[in-house]
Amino acid sequence: MKSWIAALGLACVTLLGGCGKDDAAKQAAPAAADSVPNPLRVATEGAYPPYNMVDASGNLVGFEIDMMKDICRRMKVECQFVATAWDGMIPALQAGRFDVVVAGMSITEERLQAVDFSDGYTTTPAYLVSANSNPLQKEDYGVPKVDLSNMSPESQAALDKLRGLLKGKVMGVQTATIHANFAEKYLGDVVDLRRYDTQEQLALDMQSGRIEVGLADAVTWNAFLQRPEGRDYSFFGPGFDGGLFGRGQGVALVKGRTALKTALNSAIKEMKADGTMKTMSVQWFGFDTSMP
Amino acid sequence: MLDLLSYGATGWGDELLQGAGMTLLVAVLAYLIGLGAGCLTAAAKLSGPLPLRWLAATYTTVVRGVPALLVIWLLFYGGSGLVGWMAGLFGYGGRVELSAFAVGVASVGLVSGAYAAEVIRGAVQAVPKGQLEAARALGMHRLLILRRILAPQALRYALPGLGNVWQMTLKDTTLVSVVSLAELMRQAYVASGTTRQPFLFYLVAALIYLVITTLSETGFRALSRRADRGVRRATA
Amino acid sequence: MDMILSSLPSLASGAWLTLQLVALSLALGLLLSVGVALARLSGSVLLRAPAVAFIFLFRSTPLLVQIFLIFYGAGQFVAVRDSFLWPVLREPYWCAIIALTLNNAAYTGEILRGGIQAVSFGQIEAARALGMHRLLLFRRIVLPQAFRQILPAYGNEMIQMVQATSLASTITLMELTGAARAVASRSFQPVEMFVIAGLFYLAMNFAIAQAVRWGEKRLAHAG
Repeated sequence: MKSWIAALGLACVTLLGGCGKDDAAKQAAPAAADSVPNPLRVATEGAYPPYNMVDASGNLVGFEIDMMKDICRRMKVECQFVATAWDGMIPALQAGRFDVVVAGMSITEERLQAVDFSDGYTTTPAYLVSANSNPLQKEDYGVPKVDLSNMSPESQAALDKLRGLLKGKVMGVQTATIHANFAEKYLGDVVDLRRYDTQEQLALDMQSGRIEVGLADAVTWNAFLQRPEGRDYSFFGPGFDGGLFGRGQGVALVKGRTALKTALNSAIKEMKADGTMKTMSVQWFGFDTSMP
Repeated sequence: MLDLLSYGATGWGDELLQGAGMTLLVAVLAYLIGLGAGCLTAAAKLSGPLPLRWLAATYTTVVRGVPALLVIWLLFYGGSGLVGWMAGLFGYGGRVELSAFAVGVASVGLVSGAYAAEVIRGAVQAVPKGQLEAARALGMHRLLILRRILAPQALRYALPGLGNVWQMTLKDTTLVSVVSLAELMRQAYVASGTTRQPFLFYLVAALIYLVITTLSETGFRALSRRADRGVRRATA
Repeated sequence: MDMILSSLPSLASGAWLTLQLVALSLALGLLLSVGVALARLSGSVLLRAPAVAFIFLFRSTPLLVQIFLIFYGAGQFVAVRDSFLWPVLREPYWCAIIALTLNNAAYTGEILRGGIQAVSFGQIEAARALGMHRLLLFRRIVLPQAFRQILPAYGNEMIQMVQATSLASTITLMELTGAARAVASRSFQPVEMFVIAGLFYLAMNFAIAQAVRWGEKRLAHAG
């Protein structure tokens, strides 16, 4: 009896075994650690307007897509974009699934322990948003901006006031972002924190009223606030930067790839010098967010 | 509102259809892998040596015991390392990468295989032993017995169960959307995020899934009828 | 190792949320499924048709689509947001419970229908001859036997339910899978986190399987 079954198993193997992992595992050329790969595999999210998003034809568009195409042109390599889920990007980058990440990713100490970054290309503070009718809009917070690496007494007072006002409120952030980290560390004990996979879903739930307050990048908020659906919502309170918000947004790459990093940095430097970065920034964001 | 579903640059109709195509591709490949893995696992469970039997039992217990979503996340984060390690065992030292597509097919196939294994094992056990003994007494060759006696009957018993595994596999492909593979669910997700019409797009996605599951159920029923031909049933 | 230890509290709180989701949606789903099975077996088309449609719709579409339709889809409409349902539908917790309950009721309803149909008609006739009232007959004769009949299948359904709750992580709930993801994305050591979460799931399923086995034994004695 047993041998018949073993024979059945054997038949199964010959019939079906052929379509095993061969087509699933694609082998990459062993990466030479110190060269600029061509094509350059670029991971982005495709759900973080206006940095990167998908249009109705299914194409990736946005500030970072244009910027990265320009960087690739300057490095004389071909860009190959891959849309990837946000919170898996760093592990996937480490696993070698792509060469760089360009996804509005801020350069933070926490991330620098895991990966390397190019020089920053944009910087925008984080802002809170709520409905216009919300009493939070009418409060006076004293300061326009809170720099976490350089806390003045006024900034501390603004943060404390905010903590008091936000007590018990439902607040939305995108998962695994600097905004989520900030909310966890500074507001985690007072607010009911909801983590969304994408900024678009956060905005969607803000509109439905499921969350009262949201925290995100000022530029990303603008993409929502400038839409017809966003006209009932506004920024409130001070902008936040410094500290765990890091040093602007950069291109992430695996540690130790010096040649790639140098090439990226010189391309970014050129773009800043000849005004390309500023032009693109104004085109996508409406104002200049480029870094010196 | 319906122009959002139109075909072309302004509508999402073509993206949704492409997504449905990707869904079917992932589901079919995963199902084939599942059938292959299921056959092997069933064979190992029924007649393999002890270590293999133990391995097969661990596979079916663990994979059927954890959510498919977790299997996908695990393979998405750890799959490249695992495949690289296995390639290393065969003397290949280079870097191995898995695309979102490969992760999706492999993880859904892995889950599918664990369920298929149980169905196939049950079906093989349902074939009366006496028939195999009789065939052997007639001097039938092993492969002939497999082809003429065991396989046709086991297939007949397994078909309804394998149909269920197919439906499950198809539905599990939605979970691959979390790693941004552009299948139907992901396209609906992207479209609803951009257009802010989640109800419309998820409803359309649900309808497409409904059509696929209904059609494939009809297909499996036809297969079952074909496999049942020549089998007499008691009529009430 | 340190990181694994420090992640345990958030994984444990995720596991607790998973247990809540499983328990609540299983209990509600079972209640609803009795109604679904009875309506499905009813002689009246008015009852049978909606039950057939309900079972068909929920079994033929993926759970993830159902969850997203209820969570994101419902939130889109002003009419829903202004209605009495909104306090419930605005909470991701209740959206998950609703989707899981409805899905579970469709599957369990079909299982239960099979169980009810398997109760031999002779028993029903005997109970009727004893002058038993319809409800009493259903409660004392049909339902207990149907349950014993379906227990193995229902056990599988419970285990499926444990796994289904992982989808709640896609609508911001920090249950076991969600918690594992959150920890994984911060620690950049994801594989370990998902393996630990997997062990939690296996433990839950083991507990359910044991409970079902115990239940089968007990019911066998009672018979």
